[in-house]
Amino acid sequence: MSAIQPNVREPVSEELALVRAAKRGDDKAFEELVRRYDRNVFRIAQHITQNREDAEDVVQDAFLKAYGNLAQFQEQSKFYTWLVRIAVNEALMKLRRRRPERMVSLDEDIKTEDDSVPREVADWSPNPEQMYKQAELREILTRTIQGLPAGFRTVFVLRDVEGLSTEETAQALELSIPAVKSRLLRARLQLRERLSRYFQKRASADEANGASGDGDQ
Amino acid sequence: MKCSEFLNELTNYLDGALDDRTKSELEDHLAWCHNCYVVCDTTRKTIEIYRNSELYELPDDLRGRLRSAIMSKCSLQKKSGPQSV
Repeated sequence: MSAIQPNVREPVSEELALVRAAKRGDDKAFEELVRRYDRNVFRIAQHITQNREDAEDVVQDAFLKAYGNLAQFQEQSKFYTWLVRIAVNEALMKLRRRRPERMVSLDEDIKTEDDSVPREVADWSPNPEQMYKQAELREILTRTIQGLPAGFRTVFVLRDVEGLSTEETAQALELSIPAVKSRLLRARLQLRERLSRYFQKRASADEANGASGDGDQ
Repeated sequence: MKCSEFLNELTNYLDGALDDRTKSELEDHLAWCHNCYVVCDTTRKTIEIYRNSELYELPDDLRGRLRSAIMSKCSLQKKSGPQSV
């Protein structure tokens, strides 16, 4: 099996040129950075907060904080990683405000070890996405990922949806690399387990009658 | 290799972050252990489905409004001095 390829992003040097121009007061350069990353920040924020209005606020607040603190950005990481860190913190603050009864942190729920042991080992349909209408599929995917603890969800979104490297994810979340890897494995396995009930191969009428099952969609 | 050992290396395997020897040990295990093969294959599909899902896309009109709001607040902030993170 081949390895999952990371999402490709813009070259760093181009990003850095924009950041330096923005630091010198060029607002058009900053606006270009907003254009580049607003969609990513929105997705990350909505995954964490699970609320669209909160996600809109996070987009504004994160860029505004980045703008106000550009001088402090030391250029030791990518601007995008630094921005994601700001956005994640803003999003977690929103989540805590909405759920004051629960202490939401990136470290939550790390003590249970049994939640990632695979139980569903039936194979999936070859094209699981095509088993459902688009709206149904979105509902399934949204509900499933929302069921993960915030700490796992955030690592999965940064690493697998946004395509940050393990190192970048660790930087953005201020976690160690082993902590990122451990959360990522458990997030992936838990999502897989939960999606299995929707995407398992369904026995076709032919198979049910004992005939050989080619085309078992 | 035991199934539990395979599982511990699954993320590194899917991310292509293994040395050749460990990768080959994992693939030997996959060749005869159907359960691990299914777990590996369906975990890969899970990642691909989410990556391609376009959940939470930012609609163009909202995107424009947010950008305008951000840039006008930036101008105001410039006039009133820096904030702290």
